[in-house]
Amino acid sequence: MFYRETGQFKTSYAADQQIFPIRQDRIGIAILLVVAFVVVPLVAGSYWFNAILIPFLIFSLAALGLNILTGYAGQLSLGSAAFMAIGAYAAYNFHVRVEGMPILVSFILAGLTAAGVGILFGLPSLRIKGFYLAVATLAAQFFIVWCLTKFPYLSNNSSSGVISVPDVEILGYKFDTPPARYLLVLTLVSLMALAAKNMVRSTTGRAWMAVRDMDVAAEVIGIRLMHTKLLAFAVSSFYCGVAGALYAFCYLGSVEPDGFSLDLSFKILFMIIVGGVGSILGSFLGAAFILLLPIFLDISLPWLSGLLHLPFEGATVSHIQLMVFGALIMFFLIVEPHGLARLWQIGKEKLRLWPFPH
Amino acid sequence: MINKLKKLVIASSIAAALLASTAPSAQAAEEQFFMLPSYRVGPYGANGQSFYGGFIDYLSYVNMKGGIDGVQNTWEECETEYNTAKGVECYERMKSKAQKAPGPIHTMSTGISYALVDKTAADKLPLAMMGYGLTSAVDGSVFPWAFPLVTTYQMQASAIIKFLKDKNGGNLTGKKIVFLYHDSAYGKEPILALEAESKLNKFTLVQIPVAHPGNEQGAQWQRIRQEQPDYVIMWGWGVMNMTAIKTAQKMGFPREKMIGSWWAGSEEDVIPAGDAAKGYMSATWNVSGKAVPLIADIEKTVYGAGKGNLKDTSKLGTILYNRGVSAAVLSVEAIRAAQAKYGKGKAMNGEQVRWGLENLNLTEARLKQLGATGLLPEVKTSCSNHEGSGKVKLQQWDGAKWVPLTDWIEGNKALIHPLFQADAAKYAKEKGITPRDCSKEK
Amino acid sequence: MQFFFEVLIGGLLSGIMYSLVALGFVLIYKASGVFNFAQGAMVYFAALSLVGCMEKGAPLWLAFILAFVVMTLLGIATEKFVLRKMVNQAPIALFMATIGLAFFIEGLAPMLWGNEVRPLNIGLVDEPIAWILDRYNIVVSSFDLAAAGLALALVAVLALFFQYTRIGRALRAVADDHQAALSIGIPLQHIWALVWAVAGFVALVAGMLWGSRNGVQYALTFTALKALPVLILGGFTSVPGAIVGGLIIGASEKLAEIYIPPVLADIFGGNFGGIENWFPYVLALLFLLVRPEGLFGERHIDRV
Repeated sequence: MFYRETGQFKTSYAADQQIFPIRQDRIGIAILLVVAFVVVPLVAGSYWFNAILIPFLIFSLAALGLNILTGYAGQLSLGSAAFMAIGAYAAYNFHVRVEGMPILVSFILAGLTAAGVGILFGLPSLRIKGFYLAVATLAAQFFIVWCLTKFPYLSNNSSSGVISVPDVEILGYKFDTPPARYLLVLTLVSLMALAAKNMVRSTTGRAWMAVRDMDVAAEVIGIRLMHTKLLAFAVSSFYCGVAGALYAFCYLGSVEPDGFSLDLSFKILFMIIVGGVGSILGSFLGAAFILLLPIFLDISLPWLSGLLHLPFEGATVSHIQLMVFGALIMFFLIVEPHGLARLWQIGKEKLRLWPFPH
Repeated sequence: MINKLKKLVIASSIAAALLASTAPSAQAAEEQFFMLPSYRVGPYGANGQSFYGGFIDYLSYVNMKGGIDGVQNTWEECETEYNTAKGVECYERMKSKAQKAPGPIHTMSTGISYALVDKTAADKLPLAMMGYGLTSAVDGSVFPWAFPLVTTYQMQASAIIKFLKDKNGGNLTGKKIVFLYHDSAYGKEPILALEAESKLNKFTLVQIPVAHPGNEQGAQWQRIRQEQPDYVIMWGWGVMNMTAIKTAQKMGFPREKMIGSWWAGSEEDVIPAGDAAKGYMSATWNVSGKAVPLIADIEKTVYGAGKGNLKDTSKLGTILYNRGVSAAVLSVEAIRAAQAKYGKGKAMNGEQVRWGLENLNLTEARLKQLGATGLLPEVKTSCSNHEGSGKVKLQQWDGAKWVPLTDWIEGNKALIHPLFQADAAKYAKEKGITPRDCSKEK
Repeated sequence: MQFFFEVLIGGLLSGIMYSLVALGFVLIYKASGVFNFAQGAMVYFAALSLVGCMEKGAPLWLAFILAFVVMTLLGIATEKFVLRKMVNQAPIALFMATIGLAFFIEGLAPMLWGNEVRPLNIGLVDEPIAWILDRYNIVVSSFDLAAAGLALALVAVLALFFQYTRIGRALRAVADDHQAALSIGIPLQHIWALVWAVAGFVALVAGMLWGSRNGVQYALTFTALKALPVLILGGFTSVPGAIVGGLIIGASEKLAEIYIPPVLADIFGGNFGGIENWFPYVLALLFLLVRPEGLFGERHIDRV
C-alpha cells in the first residue's frame, strides 16, 4: 500500500537509469544513511562499535570485493584474506616508511598494491576455470601469507612479524575513539559501495556478467576476455586491500600474517553465499549474518541451556555452535540458494501488491 | 548407551549443583570478575580445555575457602577458538562487566594478546601473558598494563642453553644446535635471543622453520639428519609437537637430544606420540602431578563437592592443568597484594589490580602457605620488570609422566633483558607513547 | 646423492598419504559432481570414531567395522538431508554446502567422542628400516612403507570393485552421465549414498593411517589442504591421477623444501624455509597453465 510506484513517471533517461528509480527506495536509503551517520554514533556503545559495527562494515567491504569477482565476474576465489593481508601490510609500510604520507593516500595505495598482485594471480584465470581456478587461488592465499612472514622488511623488521599500527590521523584529527573510527570506516565503505553499485550497472559490470554466464559466448559477442577478467581481479583485490587496511588500522590495531588465514577467506566466501551472490546489498546482509550468528549463538546457547537445565559445559556449547553454524549454512543453501538479498527482493515484491494477493 | 545416560545424569547433577552454588554468591556484595577469553574447540581446543579447567577450578577453590578475604570470584568464558578476531569480540563483549573489578585477563594466545595490548591499556584493564604474548612488555615503563609474568620465550631459550651448557661441562663451543620452530610470531620470538647466545657461547645455530600447522615434517627432519646436530630445540604448538617427536623417531634421531619449549611439553603433546616420546625433554614453568598439596586439595575440595570444571578428571595434575592453576594463583595473589594496600575485603578496580601485579612478591614461604611449594618459581615483579622470575625447569618424559630434571634455572638476564628494552623503546616510538619513569613508581 | 634419494623416497611415501585423502575427493566428485570440502572433516570424524570405539574396549578390527558403519550412516544422512534437496543447484552451491557440512562434522565429532588428542596404535612401528640404513645409509620409514602398501591395496580393491561388481558398474554409469543412468533404471540416490559411504571408507583408512602417524586430533582436518594440490594436478575425476599426483606432489614438495630455501637465502638473505605450504599449489598452478584439466582429467570442450 505504501510501497508502490504508481504515479511515478519517468520523463528522462537519467531518471529511468538512476540507482533507485522508486521514490520509496530513495526515502528508505536516505533514512538508512541518516541512521547510520547520525543516530548510531549518538546511541551505540563501545561494544557495538568495536565488536560489531566496525568489523561488520569492514567485512562488508571485503565481501563486496569478493562479490565483484565471484558474483559478477564468475571467478571463484578462495584467497580474499590474502589480499586483505596485502592491503594491511602495504598501508602499514606506506605509512611508516614515507614521512608525512596522508593515511587516506596510504589506504588507496594499499588498495592499488593489492590490485596489482590481484592481476598477477588473476592471470591463470585466462586458462583455468571452475574449481581448478578456485584451488589455484589457494596458491595466492598461501604464497602471500608466506611472503609476509618471510620478508622482515614488510613488517618493519619486527622480530615476531606482527605489525602494530598507530592511530589514524587525518588533517590533525585523531580517530582514536570508537565512534570516530566507525564514522571513518562508514564513510569509506559507503563511497566504495556506491562506486561498486555504479560499476556493476555500467558497461564494465555487464561485461563481467556476460563472462560469468558464458565466457565463450561473451568472447564471441566482442567482449575482451583478458581485459574483463583481469579488471575484475584488480577491482576485487582493490576492495579487499582497502578492507584489509581498515581491518588493521581501524579494527584490530595489530595484525600478524597468520591472522589472514584460509579460514578468513572462507568466512568472506560464506558472507556472499548467504547474502547473495551477485548482489551489492547481499554483501552487507551476508556480512551481518555471518558476523552476528556466532555471537548470537554464543550468548543464547548458555542462556537456553540454563533455561532448560541442560548440562552444557563450555566445550559442548562451542561444539553445538559449530554444528548449528554448519547446519544453517546448509539450510540456507537448500532453502534459498540466492541468499538473503533474494529474500529481500521477494519481500519487496510482496509489499508492492500488499494488501492484495495478486 | 547406559554409560552415556549415566554420564548425563552425573553431568546434570553437577550442573544443578553449580547453578545452586553460584546463585547465592551472585548476591554477595564484593566480587572480582575474571573475563576468560578461552578456547575449548578448534585446533588447540584440548590444550585450552586443561588450562582453563585448572584456572576455573582454582577460582572455585578460593571461593570455597572464603574467597579473597571475603571477595568472591566470578567469571565468564567466551570461546575464541584461538582466533584473534573472535578474541577481540569476546574482550569487547565482556569488558563492560569487568570494568568495575577485573581479574587479570588470560588469553593463552599470542595473537589475541598482541591485539589486546593497546586495547587493555586504553580501557585500564590488566592483561596477563604468562609465558606467551608480547615479550617486550617485560619493560613496564612502556607497557604499564601488560604482564608477561613468570618467564618469556627469550628467557626460556636462554635457560635451555644454560641447561645444555651445564650438561656439557660448561662449554658449548663447536656444538651444533638446531632450532626447529613454528613459523609464526610465537616461534620467531626466541630467534634474537638464541642468536645472541650462539655468539656468546660459540655454538652453531641452524634455524629450520615449520609451516603452520606442521602436520608434515619429513623434509625438516631429513635436513636435521643431514646436519647431525648435537641438540634440537623445538618451539612447537599443537599438532606440530607430536609430529616432530614421531618424525624424529622415523628418522632415528634420539629423543633424548630434543628439548621443547613449554608449549611443547604437556601430556597432550607426548601421549599421542606413544613410545616415541620416551626420553623427550621440555622446559616448563610449573611441575605436573598431584604431589603438590594444592592440586590434591583442589581435587578433594572442588571435585569432592562436585563443583569441578572438567568432566574428564584424568586431566587433573597434568602440566597444562597445573599451569592453569598456577596462572590463577598468581592472579589471585596479585589481587591479594592490591587488597593489602587498598583495603582488605574489597573488590579491586583495574588500577588497583594493576598495582598488585606490578608489586607481586610470591616468596617460597607464601607458596608453602598456599600448598604450592615447587609448583611454580618465586615471582617478584616491579615497574621495570614485569616478568618477575625468568626461571624454568627442565623435565623429561619417561613414558608415563613428566620427571623434573633440574631445579629452577634462570636465563641470562644481562643478555636478554636489554633486548626487551630496545624493542619496547622502538614500540614506544612507533606508537608515540611516553614511557613512565620507573624510579618514581612506588 | 644419497641424501637426494633419501628425500625423494621420503617424499614419494608421504605423497601416497596425500593420495589417500585425495582419493576420497575424487570418488565423490566423479559420481555426483560435488567438490566435497568436508573430506578432511570426514577423515577426522572417522579416526575419532575408530579411536572412540577402541577406547570402549573394541579390538581394532571391530572398531574399524563400527567406525565404517558410522561413516556409512553419515554418508546416507548427507545424501538424504543435504544432497537430495540440492539437486540441480549450481556446483558452487553444492561446494558451499559441503563446507557447511565440514563445520557440522567438526562440531559433531568431538561432541560425540571428546576433543582430547589421542594416540592410535595400529601395531606399526615407525622406525627406519635397519638393513637399508646400514647398507645405503638411507632412512626409509617402515610405517610409511606399510602405509603405502595399504594405500595401493585399497586402490586395487576399489578398482576391482568398480570394474567387476554390479554396483561398481552402476557407479561408473552414473559418473558418465546422470540422466542416462537414471533413464536405464539406476537408482541415482542409492548410488550417491553408496559413493558417500565408499568415500567414508577411504576417509577411515586415511584417518587410521594419519591418526596413528600424528595422533588423532582436530589437525586431521588439515589433511584436506595437503590433498587439494594433488587433486588439481591429477585431475578431479581420475583415481590413477590422485595416486600419480600424490607421488609428484609429495616428492617435489620435499625436494623443494630441502633445496629451494638455501637458494632464496643466497639471493635475499634470511631464512626461507617452510615453503611446503604453498609450493605444491604453485606447482599445480603452473602445471595447470600448460594443461588446464590436470594430468588425467577429462578434456573440457566449450560450446556456445
